[in-house]
Amino acid sequence: MHYELCNLKKQITTAACVAGEGHIASAFSILDILWVLYKSILRHDPATPEAANRDRFVLSKGHASLGIYGILAQRGFFPMEELKTFAFASSRLGGHPDSRKVPGIEASTGSLGHGMPMAVGMALGLKIRESESRVICIVGDGECNEGSIWESAMLAAHHQLGNLTCIVDFNHSGDRALMLGDLSAKFRSFGWDVAEIDGHNHSQIETSLLPSGGSVPRVVIANTIKGHGCAEMENNPAWHHKAPKAEELEAILAQIK
Amino acid sequence: MRKQFVTTIERLLDEDPRLVVLLGDIGVFAFRNAFKNHSKRVINIGILEQATVSLAAGLAKEGFIPLFHSIAPFVVERAFEQIKVDFGYQQLGGHFVSVGGSYDYAALGCSHHCPGDIELMQAIPGMQIIVPGHPAEFDALMMQSFAEGKPTYHRLSERSNNQAQNVVFGKAEVIQKGKGPVVITIGPFLDRVIEASLGIDATILYYTTLAPFDAETLRAHAGDGRILCVEPFYEGTLAASITQALRGQRIAFTCMGVPRRFLTDYGHASHQDAACGLLSADIRLRIEELLYV
Repeated sequence: MHYELCNLKKQITTAACVAGEGHIASAFSILDILWVLYKSILRHDPATPEAANRDRFVLSKGHASLGIYGILAQRGFFPMEELKTFAFASSRLGGHPDSRKVPGIEASTGSLGHGMPMAVGMALGLKIRESESRVICIVGDGECNEGSIWESAMLAAHHQLGNLTCIVDFNHSGDRALMLGDLSAKFRSFGWDVAEIDGHNHSQIETSLLPSGGSVPRVVIANTIKGHGCAEMENNPAWHHKAPKAEELEAILAQIK
Repeated sequence: MRKQFVTTIERLLDEDPRLVVLLGDIGVFAFRNAFKNHSKRVINIGILEQATVSLAAGLAKEGFIPLFHSIAPFVVERAFEQIKVDFGYQQLGGHFVSVGGSYDYAALGCSHHCPGDIELMQAIPGMQIIVPGHPAEFDALMMQSFAEGKPTYHRLSERSNNQAQNVVFGKAEVIQKGKGPVVITIGPFLDRVIEASLGIDATILYYTTLAPFDAETLRAHAGDGRILCVEPFYEGTLAASITQALRGQRIAFTCMGVPRRFLTDYGHASHQDAACGLLSADIRLRIEELLYV
């Protein structure tokens, strides 16, 4: 694993441990995607997080907030030290991200099924304004149970929002409730351009997220592993919403390699 | 009132390039000229209220002023959580304009009734709520609230009072000042309250903005505290606002409005008025009760 990425995972895990709270495994599921997004794809400037010409990123699965906080801190939107305040009463960094508190957070999410339609609205607004900025959002596979995801899929295709890319973090954590079946076929039938990738392969992530230039919205089905990079957490439902106890921390950190 | 809605919005579309109108597949014919003149900013979005409200929030994030129009139960009840989180929590500006509040669509049955919209919207901190009683009042209040950057709910009614009041956003109007009971009423119920009060030395306070609630005018005109609130939505919806405004004061407060049960009959709104005990004669009886308190 990339040294910086490995280090970031350790800082995220430590922050959750200090807070006694956090969806670490959900954050690890998307951390490679976020890493590539902010390193190679999204036009952004931490010094002017609201610059009109920025690309927009919406974390629709807001419970993976530790992932986006870690990346934003790593990119310089706020000090990495602040990660240790995660979920404290007066912290800017809550269990779900708040767009009015955290620089770089475009939408307050947490309730599933809200972020993607907000991203569609942003993309529509940018299209009306004839802006060249893009909108990229990440939804979870469990979140794809929500009707509003499919309402959004219809709207984005109908309004030809080629400036919108949706990434599905397909770690199969939703399978225990509803099997999604052939997600690529579903999106394709809704009129989307579909790419399917290994969500931990940086080269595949980057290629799939390059601008298409067309008028068709793109979905990237990212096959991921929940808790990726930490053996005990990988695909272990017990770690969905759990923080290591102080006495467990060292052993958990040692597993992140 | 719906005709005025179109006229007002067409004017705002001409004047303000930030306005984007989202129709929930209703009012499409009425807005035909707006579709022609502002094809990018007037959209028949379809029948998907949850995504529409979140999409509207996305537009607001991009600096637009979204306006979503549909039937009250679908705007408010279907998409309530989206309004709460995406507009309320994120403090985004936008307008929600409903028709069919309470039993305006009486014949369509309970799925299309919505007496609970105001109570729900009141539960969202920062939500502004407007219930005009006349087309000209809708125009005035929309213009006054349009660019405030706050989420605002406008409840259009099928029935109007005969005469428009000179309404000001956030302020109640003193229609009549008397020495007897105080009657508070809202929007389209003003005419029947005036009729019910004929010959009674009552004070009539008229509210078209329900949130923020004008406590000051109520405190200044509460008299000896005998108060009746006549509401065109669920009875007791404004009880907390009224009693909180008059805290510390001895009051005899009562209210009447749409009863809290499903109205399973059909017919016209006037039939439901009678069934709900909301005719002028019913109101007069309740005012008279207060005369002997």
